Amino acid sequence: MPMHSQVFSQIGEAAHALSSNRSSRYFGGGTLVMRQVNAGNQSFDTIIRSTDPSLKQVQISGDQVIIGASVTMSQVIASRDLDFLKSAASVIGGPAIRNMATVGGNLFARSPYGDFTTALLALEATVALSGGRSDVPIADFLTQRFREPKPLVISVSVPRPRDGNAFRFLKIMRVKPMGVSLMTIAAHLPQSGGRLANPRVAYGSMGDTPIRANAVERALEGKTLDAQGIAPALAVATEGITPRTDSIASEWYRREVAPAHLERLLLGTGG
Amino acid sequence: MAKKPIQFQLNGSSKSVFVEEGQNLLEVLRREVGDLTPKLGCAQGACGSCTVLIDGEQIVSCLTLAETVEGASVETAAGLANGPTLHALQEAFMDGFAAQCGFCTPGMLVSAKALLDKNPSPSRGDVIEAISGNLCRCTGYEPIIDAILAAAGNGHNSAGRYSGSGRQS
Repeated sequence: MPMHSQVFSQIGEAAHALSSNRSSRYFGGGTLVMRQVNAGNQSFDTIIRSTDPSLKQVQISGDQVIIGASVTMSQVIASRDLDFLKSAASVIGGPAIRNMATVGGNLFARSPYGDFTTALLALEATVALSGGRSDVPIADFLTQRFREPKPLVISVSVPRPRDGNAFRFLKIMRVKPMGVSLMTIAAHLPQSGGRLANPRVAYGSMGDTPIRANAVERALEGKTLDAQGIAPALAVATEGITPRTDSIASEWYRREVAPAHLERLLLGTGG
Repeated sequence: MAKKPIQFQLNGSSKSVFVEEGQNLLEVLRREVGDLTPKLGCAQGACGSCTVLIDGEQIVSCLTLAETVEGASVETAAGLANGPTLHALQEAFMDGFAAQCGFCTPGMLVSAKALLDKNPSPSRGDVIEAISGNLCRCTGYEPIIDAILAAAGNGHNSAGRYSGSGRQS
């Protein structure tokens, strides 16, 4: 099937073109869409992209940092304002992929990909979509990301952790430094008076989308971040997960190892 | 099928070609321009054999929409040698037996050049990170890593030519 491509200088025009053509896909960095083109995917025949410079910007707004959808992983790593996300961006593909893959595109990566989105989920980021919806909670966005009319992501707003050490990220790979995720864990673990206050934990590769580990979060609330304090959380580490079997690991294996990797992340012994 | 005209620099020479909408850069380089150094491996961005530099940055050309390189500077392994004089990296790969079947070699060389252009004195870890997106199924990587470190030690400079005492032909 012949492929068509359309490029728009304004994001609004691109959004209109995307929503009015069911046979279209939005092209961010190419690492998702071009794979489908190369594989002969027949479900779309039009590539839509935008050169709107606002998509490439990183802005600070109060305690939030707003990341344009076309900001690449390499730009995240290079940005001083995004230092807290460096650990997540650094494990996306190899250097070439990081020069191409975008923050907006990662929101659409299917399991076992989407490690950066797992980090954004633990930080309770919100997603701004073309057409006025500017604060869609990322967890809600992930459940509707493939629905029609297709959403066009403009930016992601991320609350900056007050304590940089409170954000932790662990991607378990069989091959280092570049490998596909066996399991990814991101956690925001703010403390008050030596006890966890509003902890947030997200898993990647443990379902069709990155998911929040709600039972783990409840079990960690008010606890100390030590072996005794995290024991109840480890006991419910697999609650709510629906991992897949793929070439990296079986569903059984992912369930078996999830508590061990969560323990390593929480105690800071992972790596 | 609709075609679009694009212009870009390839290894310092201006190229003007018509590209199909949706066509990837790798196809354009190999079919339209005739530069066969970037290889078609997985076409999924996983093997790195099609790695080229765009404006000095590593990318995988199989996942790059060709029309997006309009006005850009593209570098491939074909541009490394200066006439009969091999690039320091090519010399080091040859001296260190860093190529066996050779399929990954152009991508490895380009990734290594991107590293050394930014970091002329890389650590072993820096080299491993730089080629982490390039798969090799022959060498076990060690000769490649050693060759890149050797090239760095032999005086790689920003122009990419020997400035040290290494062998030249």
